[in-house]
Amino acid sequence: MSTIIEIISAEFNYWIYVTLMMIGFYAMIAKKNLVKKVIGANIFQTAIFLFYISLAEVEGGTAPILLHGHDGADVAHGAVNEVIYVNPLPHVLILTAIVVAVSTTAVALALIIKIYQEYGSLEEDVILAYRRQLQPEFSEHARQKQEEEQ
Amino acid sequence: MTGFDLITDHLPVLTVVIPLMAGFLTPMIGWIDRRLCWYWVMLTMFAVLLMTSSNLYTVITSGTIHYHLGGWTPPIGIEYVIDLLNGFVCLIIAFIGLMVGIYSIESIKKELPNKIIPFYSIFLLLITGLMGMTITGDIFNFYVFLEISSLTAYALIAMGDRGDGVVASFNYLIMGTVAASFILLGIGYLYAVTGSLNIADMQGLLPGIYDSRVVLAALAFFMVGFSIKVGLFPLHAWLPDAYTHAPSAASALIAGLMTKVGAYAMIRFMFSVFTPAFVIDITRMAEILTWAAALAIIVGSVLAIAQSDIKRMLAYSSISQIGYILLGVGLVNVIGMQGGLLHILNHSLMKCALFLVAGAIFYRTGIRNLHQFQGLGKKMPVTTTVFLIAGLSMIGVPGTVGFTSKWYLALGSIEAGQWIFVIVILISSLLNIVYFWRVFDNIWFGHPHEVEHIKRDEAPLSMLIPMVILALLCIFFGLFAYYPLHYVLEPLSNALLGIGVLP
Repeated sequence: MSTIIEIISAEFNYWIYVTLMMIGFYAMIAKKNLVKKVIGANIFQTAIFLFYISLAEVEGGTAPILLHGHDGADVAHGAVNEVIYVNPLPHVLILTAIVVAVSTTAVALALIIKIYQEYGSLEEDVILAYRRQLQPEFSEHARQKQEEEQ
Repeated sequence: MTGFDLITDHLPVLTVVIPLMAGFLTPMIGWIDRRLCWYWVMLTMFAVLLMTSSNLYTVITSGTIHYHLGGWTPPIGIEYVIDLLNGFVCLIIAFIGLMVGIYSIESIKKELPNKIIPFYSIFLLLITGLMGMTITGDIFNFYVFLEISSLTAYALIAMGDRGDGVVASFNYLIMGTVAASFILLGIGYLYAVTGSLNIADMQGLLPGIYDSRVVLAALAFFMVGFSIKVGLFPLHAWLPDAYTHAPSAASALIAGLMTKVGAYAMIRFMFSVFTPAFVIDITRMAEILTWAAALAIIVGSVLAIAQSDIKRMLAYSSISQIGYILLGVGLVNVIGMQGGLLHILNHSLMKCALFLVAGAIFYRTGIRNLHQFQGLGKKMPVTTTVFLIAGLSMIGVPGTVGFTSKWYLALGSIEAGQWIFVIVILISSLLNIVYFWRVFDNIWFGHPHEVEHIKRDEAPLSMLIPMVILALLCIFFGLFAYYPLHYVLEPLSNALLGIGVLP
């Protein structure tokens, strides 16, 4: 038992990211409400961001900022090697990925508004039932029903 | 020094930057006069076509182009690499983009009269995304362009049929987000073990750590992500709705390009980020891919038979055609690979032509149900002849492009000792005849008493020109498949499989 806890606590950041990712993934698949799906997508993406950020962490590292400017005396005499920095590259990548995630969410919410205007509901099954009723040619079920009525 | 000399060094990046800038300038052009938008798009696409042709010519004559963005040397800076593979795919993107652009003027005027300006703006941004995906040599840059192309595709699909377009687009968005997130995660895993994002650099660093589970997980994430993007069979759920409900011009563009660029990305990641040895021997990913592809070929064709909406039928047939491309890639021998790569070109031409025809018929008659196509052969002779040529090419009749790639795929399967795939290709061709013959039958052999009163009412010239060009190219490459095969695909297949190196 104690070994399992050790395994988890040694790399708890990865466990947290995987758990969050699965929560988001579950919400995207299982939730019937479209807004909840988008929230699930956001949790999913945020979990990946956390993974990247925890990747950048260096123990005892500080912010990767060059102090005293480019011509500073400390830099010139190799003092820069004595400071441990965290890796800035994943931070930059995630900054880009956050922008992408925000635009995806914006597009998704815009689509949700249009869907609501069209169908008056955000529940997936209500929309599906309404579509079947509208367009028999796209649904075998509706076509059979129509034929029975005739 | 002339002006042209100044830009020749920067052609690789200009193929991405010019449509991007033009896309953002389109609203301003449209603000002056919305009719100018089309001319603007034509100008841009023509320039992009010239640049991509020049790039491919340079690659064939003098080898791979490396372009360092901002002068930063890789692996630290972003690098754009054009070799035969992406030079070839870029040319397809530019050409299909131009053809759909010519076609769109009348089609958009009728289908989206109030959205002409946003349509053209997004059209150019989609081209930017696809170009960037193919041309870049940096995998994070690749992810950003992937999202650009996906977001613009969602917007184009949402402009389609009232009510259905938005739902199809939303489903695609959810699936596409999962796919892109998986790819982002795979990139993160590879970055964690190699510390690099440059494709060429990574290919050198990875072989030492192929037994690492992180690399295996990264490969799995990439394959699942790209399988969703290309619509490989069990993950195809977004594709039929998206293709059916998008505006005609957007359907042709997305069907012709999106999945093909996805297939390109899959090839690039399998053979350039990882090495052939890894995907063939260590993980057996290539073998898994062939079986998934064979399943997609059969199931896609069978589902296509069950459809009555012409665009939905073509969408399901796309699923089976993607299977052909991936089958050829998965066979991992030179002949099969050539067949698969040639099918990228062929399928773009054929499927684009077929969707353009479906759009032209919808433009003139408002019909999409193929059981109501009676007498169209008399009403729209040119359009339906294009449909016949492209349809025969999909079936794989000798003399058309479809035959050449199927022939190579069959030879490749025999060489790999997998006779079962020859049978799969044959069965699928028979199924193709079944679902295309229903359409041919309705178009030309409708009831005569209905046909007598039909007057000739052809689609406008701007729609006919791109369709006829695509149909002629279907025949041209069917008869002269030697050119793409000899100059591009043969050295390329050798290089991808690690048998020879690129010039």
